[in-house]
Amino acid sequence: MSSSAVMRTVPRSRGRGWKNARKWVLPIGGIAVMVVFLAPYVVMLLDALRPSGEVLATPPAFLPKTWTVSAFVEVVSDPAFQNWLRTSLIVAVSATIIVILVAIPAAYFTARFSFRGRILFLGLVVVTQMFAPTSLVVGIYREFYDLGLINTYTALILTDAAFNIAFALWILQGFFSAIPKDIEEAAALDGCGRFGTMVRIMLPLTLPGIVTAVTFTFIAAWNEYVVALTLMQDDALKPLTVGISSYVTAYQQNWSQLFAASLIAIVPVVILFALIEKHLVGGMTAGAVK
Amino acid sequence: MGGRSRRQRRARGTASVAEALLWLGPALVLIVGIVLYPAITLVATSFGTYSITGLRKGDAGTSNYTNFLTSPDLPRVIGNTGIWVGAVVVLTVLIGLALAQFLSKEFVGRRFVRWAVIVPWASALVISSQLFKLIYDYYHGVLNQLLLSLHIIQKPIDWLGDNHFTMASMVAVGVFVSVPFTAYLLVAGLNAIPADVYEAARIDGGSPWQIYRRITLPLLRPAILIGVVLNLIYVFNSFPVIWILNGSNPGFGNDTLITYMYKLAFRSAQHDVGLSAAAGVFNVLIILIAVGVYLRLVNWREGKEA
Repeated sequence: MSSSAVMRTVPRSRGRGWKNARKWVLPIGGIAVMVVFLAPYVVMLLDALRPSGEVLATPPAFLPKTWTVSAFVEVVSDPAFQNWLRTSLIVAVSATIIVILVAIPAAYFTARFSFRGRILFLGLVVVTQMFAPTSLVVGIYREFYDLGLINTYTALILTDAAFNIAFALWILQGFFSAIPKDIEEAAALDGCGRFGTMVRIMLPLTLPGIVTAVTFTFIAAWNEYVVALTLMQDDALKPLTVGISSYVTAYQQNWSQLFAASLIAIVPVVILFALIEKHLVGGMTAGAVK
Repeated sequence: MGGRSRRQRRARGTASVAEALLWLGPALVLIVGIVLYPAITLVATSFGTYSITGLRKGDAGTSNYTNFLTSPDLPRVIGNTGIWVGAVVVLTVLIGLALAQFLSKEFVGRRFVRWAVIVPWASALVISSQLFKLIYDYYHGVLNQLLLSLHIIQKPIDWLGDNHFTMASMVAVGVFVSVPFTAYLLVAGLNAIPADVYEAARIDGGSPWQIYRRITLPLLRPAILIGVVLNLIYVFNSFPVIWILNGSNPGFGNDTLITYMYKLAFRSAQHDVGLSAAAGVFNVLIILIAVGVYLRLVNWREGKEA
């Protein structure tokens, strides 16, 4: 209150005119930004809602001449699509669970304790983040080829988990170090062991961090493409990202189906992201920007 | 901020290596087994010769590297990579800065704008790339249709097939999908700047531009730094955009190092595993050097202490 009172007495560099205009200018700018970022996906939706033949009309019409949801119906009842969806769900959920189980103790421990090799471990994590699976894909393929794990969920789950530990660890570490030590010490006095302290005291306090880490990992695994393209050659085992491109090939051009399937893949993830939008900013400050 | 975290660092307890292994073990196993081991395999593979089916036939010495480095396509591919990474990262960070500034202002409906910005970020790159492939299409794409009806162009442009436009079209998509993450990262950075700093500057009579240049930008430096580094890594390694949008063009005319390597490994007639592994090692070294040079240029350490 007092600070705003002070501010009112200070001459502002921009006058009352801007303050009034601002009420209009900012939301209009907001609409422009929305149009830019949503327009391509509106095109996608409109193309999913018309027959494939109409998608390939020349010249293209913005609105469908025939509105139909048949592409969505066909995709959902397509056994191939159901397989891809199952793979995506199994892989993304498993990878996320592994990352969380593995990253929480590591993040807590490195945030709270010093030990020999701590810097080495953190250095290793940073390097992981620079080694994207894309540049290592030939090595990853060789490893799973030697292990006989080509065309298995295991290979994809392990890869998605391993390459996402780094980011989860950074986010969680930021949250753990932000919690005052006294809280923990009080818990220790009350007879909690280190593990008990982490589970009962620290985890509830770092929930936003965990939610952020879960979301990021899930989305990264859900959207992964290059490793799946390489390791999953059996059509029934492909995830959505790889599988759905077979709707549009040199031989058949089912654009409506492709886009209906794409929207089914995108919408849950967008909702997930939107739900944690507030944590998204907070989580990234704690983890990355610190 | 700095003082607090330094105090906390000193307050960290000590633990034995054995106990550390217990807590870090699972993470270590995964990182070593699935990240480091393939990296080592990659290096080992790059010194071998392989049959088309992937069986090791013997040592190649350094011949994979000499073959890779003397391949006639390499200069073009390196040039493409430079343009792709340079253009996408610079444009992404500049647009991201502007968008972050905008998104951190209070206004009616800001929530919906932020949600809209999330969409390209949350969508799989391969899906957005396929979408843009149709939008850019010579005959059926809405982009030509839109530009024609606005009389910006007189006849349709082959965005992905005409070599004058292919790279620029791909860069546009690269920027479009990279800006949301970058903007959010920078919003996080902006939120971390205490409000009283701005108030003090305003009381001192600073103009908005002065405040932005003298106060916001320096305080945003760590966030910008991270934005540039992460984008360097992501954009360099970005596979789907080029793979899909350049997919129907023959040869390596618009490939970057990443898609070039992938074609050598899995799509070329020879299926040359050794050669593509050498390319992979080259790529890893390039990105390590690029990030290292960037951090040196911006005096990372100095910035962190300040």
